[in-house]
Amino acid sequence: MIESFFVHLIPILIGTLGAATPLVFAGLGELVTEKTGVINLGVEGMMLIGAVAAFAAAVATEGNLAVGLMAGALAGALASLPFGILTLSLGANQAASGLALTIFGLGLSAFIGQGFVSYSLSGVKPIAIPLLSKIPLLGPVLFNQDIVVYLSFVTFGLVAWVLAKTRLGLVLRAVGESPEAAHSIGYPVTAIRYGAVLFGGAMAGIAGAYLSVVYTPLWVQNMTAGRGWIAVALVVFATWKPARLMLGAYLFGGVTILQLHAQGFGVAIPSQLLSALPYIATIVVLVLISRDRKLLQLNLPASLGKPFIAGG
Amino acid sequence: MPLLEPRANPSVVMQWAAPLIAIGLTLLVGALLFYSLHVSPLKAFYVFFIEPLETSNGWSELVLKASPLILIAQGLALGFRARIYNIGAEGQLLVGAICASGVAIYSNGAETWWVLPGMVIAGAIGGAFWGAIPAWLKTHFNAEETLTTLMLTYVATLLLSWLVSVPWRDPDGSNFPQSIMFNDSALFTLLFDGLRINTSVFITIAAVLIFWVFVSRSFTAFQISVGGQAPAAAHYAGFSSRKTVWLSLVISGLTAGIAGAGEVAGPVGQLTLSLSPGYGYAAIIVAWVGRLHPLGIVLSGILMAMIYIGGDAGQVSLQLPSAITGLFQGMLLFFLLGADAFVNYRLKRRKPRALIKEATA
Repeated sequence: MIESFFVHLIPILIGTLGAATPLVFAGLGELVTEKTGVINLGVEGMMLIGAVAAFAAAVATEGNLAVGLMAGALAGALASLPFGILTLSLGANQAASGLALTIFGLGLSAFIGQGFVSYSLSGVKPIAIPLLSKIPLLGPVLFNQDIVVYLSFVTFGLVAWVLAKTRLGLVLRAVGESPEAAHSIGYPVTAIRYGAVLFGGAMAGIAGAYLSVVYTPLWVQNMTAGRGWIAVALVVFATWKPARLMLGAYLFGGVTILQLHAQGFGVAIPSQLLSALPYIATIVVLVLISRDRKLLQLNLPASLGKPFIAGG
Repeated sequence: MPLLEPRANPSVVMQWAAPLIAIGLTLLVGALLFYSLHVSPLKAFYVFFIEPLETSNGWSELVLKASPLILIAQGLALGFRARIYNIGAEGQLLVGAICASGVAIYSNGAETWWVLPGMVIAGAIGGAFWGAIPAWLKTHFNAEETLTTLMLTYVATLLLSWLVSVPWRDPDGSNFPQSIMFNDSALFTLLFDGLRINTSVFITIAAVLIFWVFVSRSFTAFQISVGGQAPAAAHYAGFSSRKTVWLSLVISGLTAGIAGAGEVAGPVGQLTLSLSPGYGYAAIIVAWVGRLHPLGIVLSGILMAMIYIGGDAGQVSLQLPSAITGLFQGMLLFFLLGADAFVNYRLKRRKPRALIKEATA
């Protein structure tokens, strides 16, 4: 009985990690961007641009994962640049500019991707970490994954460490809490925000690259299917804390995989309605976290969404 | 070194010049894009913007596409003035289309006068309901409407997909995910023989007039705008922000829902997965390019319809990729937001050298 339970549980947990990994990258990137006071609603668009660039690069190099990931990161960062120019140098409305980036990213990725629709990649094999992968349950779930999943663990560690323990993290947070104060003591607020926006773009690009080169591995128009928006929602759910973001991402990965398995087991709920679960879950967690206004106010970067132009 | 300095007063000229600059820049980049695709830019612009208007069918299609865009954008603009960002009009449109189709399907082909009005009302209620959910989530739970409206769009898409695949699938439709074709009593009357343009455009015309009067004359519209531009002042004056949230989202949902009804009871003629080519998203751009003004939106709606029609024409006669429409839409909004910066800011003027010399001499 217990044996068969594990037989079913392990593939679900392994799948959960895979489904959560794009959310981890995109969410961590957006978290860092928002920490400096900039909300970028263009994550979905940057992910799509990253996905198509990575797929094209991987196809050109016969499935080279490293090239794909780098192309995704670079394309995502480049895609975030117009958003940065609009909001940081020209003082444009952040919500509108992010939305523009998403609409633009959808169009651009579909435009570039038209030539790649019929291609497929062979995907990436999991790498078992010696000894660790032999631990019952945890071993196959955590330590027999593809290399990008490991990379997401490392990225989480780095982001959490930099934000909490380093001088750079302190500066990033200071810029988000009070750009005026940070400016007056001599920090280049706009440059720091540019850095955070580009970092967010690169991370969204890697998230997209994971989808198109490892997870699917195909290019399909609009293949992110709202994951970029879910990542933005996760940052709120996480109250801007990296560890909670990971928790949220795995929760969502779990919901995604469970509804897929439920479809496979022939649960008597129409597949379309099961597929709606992750989106409904996003609304539910947003509601649960947002209803506590004090908690949100306490953790929200104080300057979030407000333009800052030095001397303006 | 910042390049911009704030203007003493927002520039009224730039306010209206910005959309024109954005259109110009979009065309310029478009020309470069066509050139890189080995298509003569002049020929492409001819195919995009002139050829479709050489036939009566082209004009009919233009109005047919502009109509839902203008209708939805009127509702959205109201909310945008109040900084309530409903970006899920696409979902509200789909739910409106679903409810309208429900009336058509369950009236069982009844040849009576009330079917069509019933569909429009059902569409309006459906869209308004889909907009009311995020309003409730915002006013009671403080949940961001940008994210909830968008998530509900995905839910609406999947709901539509289920309806046309299972309960409402046309039994004689050779397994395609689509409903039965609606009969004449469930369709808007065609205005001209052989053209698809129909009486639903009068709803849009009426809506433009209503919104124009509402925005320029009513106190409620004033409260909504103040709430967006100066929340503190609105609060001080006792204007309710809850009321603003509800009005913005319900009205924009309602207009999107009516637009959805207009599609299924118009050119589409049945409930299908592909009933909207992203009108709900494009209308966001239409609202902004039209300066959130009821009449400006009419102009920008027509422009956006031209981009749609041009995209289709370019696909057929120039073998351009269909995604080019989305690309143009995104560019237009990007350039507009950039040009808009110069409403409130201007380029920093350097001191003329002569003056500096004089001062140091």
